[in-house]
Amino acid sequence: MSSSGASDGRTSAAPGSLVIPGDKICTDSGGQLGHGVMKLDGSIIATKLGYIVEKGGEISVTPLHTAYFPRPGDLVLGYIEGMRANIWFIDLGAPFNAILPMSLAPMKVEFGATRDAMNVGTTILCRVQEIDESHSSVVTMKGMGLRKVNSGFVDTVPPHLVSLLSSGNNPILSQLKDASNCRIILGANGRVWVDGEPEGIRTVRDTLSFIRDNGDSDNLSSKVADHLKQGNGE
Amino acid sequence: MGYGDVQMIDEKGNRVDGRKAGDLRPIEIELGVVPVADGSASVRWGTNYVIASIYGPMEAHPRKIQRQERAVLDVRYNMAPFSTTDRFRPGFNRRSREISKVTAEALESVVLLELYPRSKIRIEIEVICAEAGTRCVGLTAASLALADAGIPMTDMVVSVASGKINDVVVCDLNKEEDNYGEADLPMGILPNSGELVFLQMDGDLSPEQFQEAWDYNMDAATKIHLMMKEAIANKYGGES
Repeated sequence: MSSSGASDGRTSAAPGSLVIPGDKICTDSGGQLGHGVMKLDGSIIATKLGYIVEKGGEISVTPLHTAYFPRPGDLVLGYIEGMRANIWFIDLGAPFNAILPMSLAPMKVEFGATRDAMNVGTTILCRVQEIDESHSSVVTMKGMGLRKVNSGFVDTVPPHLVSLLSSGNNPILSQLKDASNCRIILGANGRVWVDGEPEGIRTVRDTLSFIRDNGDSDNLSSKVADHLKQGNGE
Repeated sequence: MGYGDVQMIDEKGNRVDGRKAGDLRPIEIELGVVPVADGSASVRWGTNYVIASIYGPMEAHPRKIQRQERAVLDVRYNMAPFSTTDRFRPGFNRRSREISKVTAEALESVVLLELYPRSKIRIEIEVICAEAGTRCVGLTAASLALADAGIPMTDMVVSVASGKINDVVVCDLNKEEDNYGEADLPMGILPNSGELVFLQMDGDLSPEQFQEAWDYNMDAATKIHLMMKEAIANKYGGES
């Protein structure tokens, strides 16, 4: 059966343009491949919905949406979802729960007393220690600043925006801290811990909501700066 | 004359709804219609209205459905009780089970499942209003919702059905044509490569008619793919 008549074929797309899965980005010339792209029949195609980025000869697609996948060293905010006699199961917002062994807890815990130390629903600040090939991850609470979170509140931003919030000349995170006078910790899994005065917390929540709504637009940093100015009545 | 002597296409080639043989029904696509889902899309296709939403990847439960080397797609196609003129009995039935299965198999051809071992991607397809060709609309909407959720895929899937009425092959059957027509050929097509991931046939088509229906479906897939790109560009403000 003829397969002709299917679509206009794969036409190349320029860096910065929006692509959907299956769109051809360019012909494969042996360059490096980054996130959201793959080689197929001599072409480099997008596998995710997002914008094409070309940096240092590496082609990738910055996705508009993506799930969080833990990487060793990530600072994350997790919730205790369950426990056994010597481990806790931690919800990191990833496809799989991580485990926190008793030996990596910040306090001395007797075998069988995990629930007494940290019960279901407790929020913790932890670091991803290791990941195996089947995506099982182990987190640790041994390290500077890693602890149970007993105050403040946790909000979220899409995980793919995390790097955007903490990078650049005037990072959005710094702008938020200055404007709200709150303590803020941004987890790599998109969870944000905020603690401070109620007025400051309100500013942060409002701004995070603005970021969620406008995360995919250009010049997010300057837009957030404008939003914070408007919020402060300037 | 067709089944029951119902004339559904006149001598000038006009169908009951005024379309020509190769015309599609009007299609409207919208993304991000379910805020709590990881990705979602709605498709209005003629009178059909289908919403697809994606949840995951997540840990696959029960554990017996886990695959050590890849993710599984958990597709649930469901017609709302009010989606048809006669009340549709709610719940899973043989038809919805079949459509869920073929939809999952079609999507498995494009989703990069090996990136998510032991996990599950839940795909909910809800038919709000049914006219004809809901499995095609559901598959197309699911493909859009997967893209919206950021699930990696090698291509989109576009699904469309052509068929035969009064011995004439026509594209994208409406309800009357589906009910009283002589054949129906729904196909799932990868628009960039022209590969096929899903094909069913109900009724009889000669080899020539089969080729004609095939060509209609391929042409329609190109048009729908462009509509998909347009809808995505409208939503996310880019030039796709």
